[in-house]
Amino acid sequence: MWLYTDTVTEHFQNPRNVGEVEDANGVGDVGSLACGDALKLTLKIEENRIVDAKFKTFGCASAIASSSALTEMIKGMEVGEAEKITNEDIADFLGGLPKEKMHCSVMGREALEAAIADYRGEKLPSADGEIVCECFGVTDIEITRAINESSLRSIDEITNFTKAGGGCGKCEDKLEHLLRQALSEGLQMVEVEKKPTRMTTLQKIKKIEDVLEREVRPGLRLDGGDLELIDVDGDFVIVSMRGQCTSCTKSQTTIKELVEKKLREQVLETLIVEEEK
Amino acid sequence: MAADKVVYLDNNATTMVAPEVYEAMAPYFTELYGNPSSMHSFGGQVGVVLDRARQQVAALLGCDVAELVFTSCGTESDSTAILSALKANPDKRHVITTRVEHPAVKNLCENLGTMTGIKYRVTMLKVSEDGLVDFDDYVKALTEDTAIVSIMWANNETGVLFPVAEMAKAAKERGILFHTDAVQAVGKIPINLQELDIDYLSMSGHKLHAPKGVGVLYVKRGTAYAPYMTGGHQEHGRRAGTENVASIIGLGKACELAAEKMEEENTRVKALRDKLEHGLLTTIPKSILNGNKEHRLPNTTNISFEYVEGEAILLHMNRYNICASSGSACTSGSLEPSHVLRAMGVPFTAAHGSIRFSLSVYNTEEEIDFVLEKMPAIIAGLREMSPFWPGN
Repeated sequence: MWLYTDTVTEHFQNPRNVGEVEDANGVGDVGSLACGDALKLTLKIEENRIVDAKFKTFGCASAIASSSALTEMIKGMEVGEAEKITNEDIADFLGGLPKEKMHCSVMGREALEAAIADYRGEKLPSADGEIVCECFGVTDIEITRAINESSLRSIDEITNFTKAGGGCGKCEDKLEHLLRQALSEGLQMVEVEKKPTRMTTLQKIKKIEDVLEREVRPGLRLDGGDLELIDVDGDFVIVSMRGQCTSCTKSQTTIKELVEKKLREQVLETLIVEEEK
Repeated sequence: MAADKVVYLDNNATTMVAPEVYEAMAPYFTELYGNPSSMHSFGGQVGVVLDRARQQVAALLGCDVAELVFTSCGTESDSTAILSALKANPDKRHVITTRVEHPAVKNLCENLGTMTGIKYRVTMLKVSEDGLVDFDDYVKALTEDTAIVSIMWANNETGVLFPVAEMAKAAKERGILFHTDAVQAVGKIPINLQELDIDYLSMSGHKLHAPKGVGVLYVKRGTAYAPYMTGGHQEHGRRAGTENVASIIGLGKACELAAEKMEEENTRVKALRDKLEHGLLTTIPKSILNGNKEHRLPNTTNISFEYVEGEAILLHMNRYNICASSGSACTSGSLEPSHVLRAMGVPFTAAHGSIRFSLSVYNTEEEIDFVLEKMPAIIAGLREMSPFWPGN
């Protein structure tokens, strides 16, 4: 069970400003059914001031509470002031959100931005971005912005805040790239949390070959044996023993204790070495 | 109904320890705390009681006492069974399971390579919209290279029952070992293992009113077995570690009670489940039953309420002390909805809003009426708030 603050629970149980403003002149529609949460924010803006704000939200308790909080925060505010609101402000208003639920506050901020852009007849800057996470439709601009605004330092944090990377996980390389880019552009250089590096199969084969040639074969050759790389399939490295090694009773030990150990240390720690049958 | 009364409809998650079970266990914490392996009669007398518990479990499963190994949980039983079968068949490199298994089997099968250091080909059988496996697909998947089949008896999320008797028979005819994770089935439907070709069966105590932390692995006489842990000689060398005495005694008692209440489970509890299900589906528009209606546990129903999200539903139910579960992404901490519902092709409009109600013999009609009274307003309130709700 999630640990929600009393304010989150209270806003979830008694949400303020549910519905749609009838003659809205600023509408922000973000999220989707497939993603598991969505928010439609409608604003009535007069003389550059938000005179009314309502929401409709599909989502969990924190999504509903974030939407309710947002409408309370912006009612009566000047547009210029409202657009400075960050997702952190929404989370703070609620006394904090569980880290896995921070994306709910981000959704609030995005809907607000979209509604203000709609009011001004402008296009959202993030609309020009390139989709990085296809599962949840998150663009590079949105990700970079979340990294900078919320000082994100790992891919897990990016997922908590934007959902990017929370589906199939294929975009992790791109997320890491965006993270490194954002951090190197920032003033402070922080060491990015190390994720297991993902290699292409060709890169992996090349690295494995290098390690075999440098660290394994010289020793085997001294004993009159050798080893050939037959196949690399995911984590599985299939090798074949040659020369004296084929009849050696210790070949299995050699494979596990020597070859697998070296490859795990120097290439990828999940590798499994097997002898060809 | 009293305001603070808990209406517990989450019995597939865990169950209340039956008062009789608790009572049977109590002396083994306080007075009879001896170790059954001890040479003195203070400990030795406990061993005798363990034997009785083993008989009680054997009676419920329809097997011999020598075919039972007490473990710590269903997960341990699953891992022990599957890894035993693989060790017994070093030349076979194929495993068959389904896409809707409990993580205890699913995650193990997906990680066999790293667990064993050997590469296995794993067939994860598809399921149809109603959560069942096509029997022909299953038979076609059986090959000479197949070391073990592991298919759950009853699905924990939908209650759908798999035809494990026929599946085990087909495996046996081809000399393939068959394991079933029967954690949700034991105690809810009649099981008679001596008539079946099932080689391994896993069960868990806390799903049938025994405490958490005790499980059983049934291993058919003559079937390969490899201990999961190395250590003492307990369980005839099949499961090292001092016996969880009180819990095993509780499990024995729970099995005895389950046998006594089997008929009630399949009549009164089933009728309550049907009343709940029918009531929800008829009073709440755009609600859909997930899973096959016929081949199903008597206590479980899984219903999707379209256009609303499961966690929000559960937290509103929580205000009335009504306990259930959801397959929504938000409740799991991941961002994706339940793998079971996705494998069944349940659309996103429904998967995020799925609620599982699972009953037990301790539920009453008054409780079901209370839930039926509260649910329509909870769903209507959330739908009013949903940007996708098209209206009734």
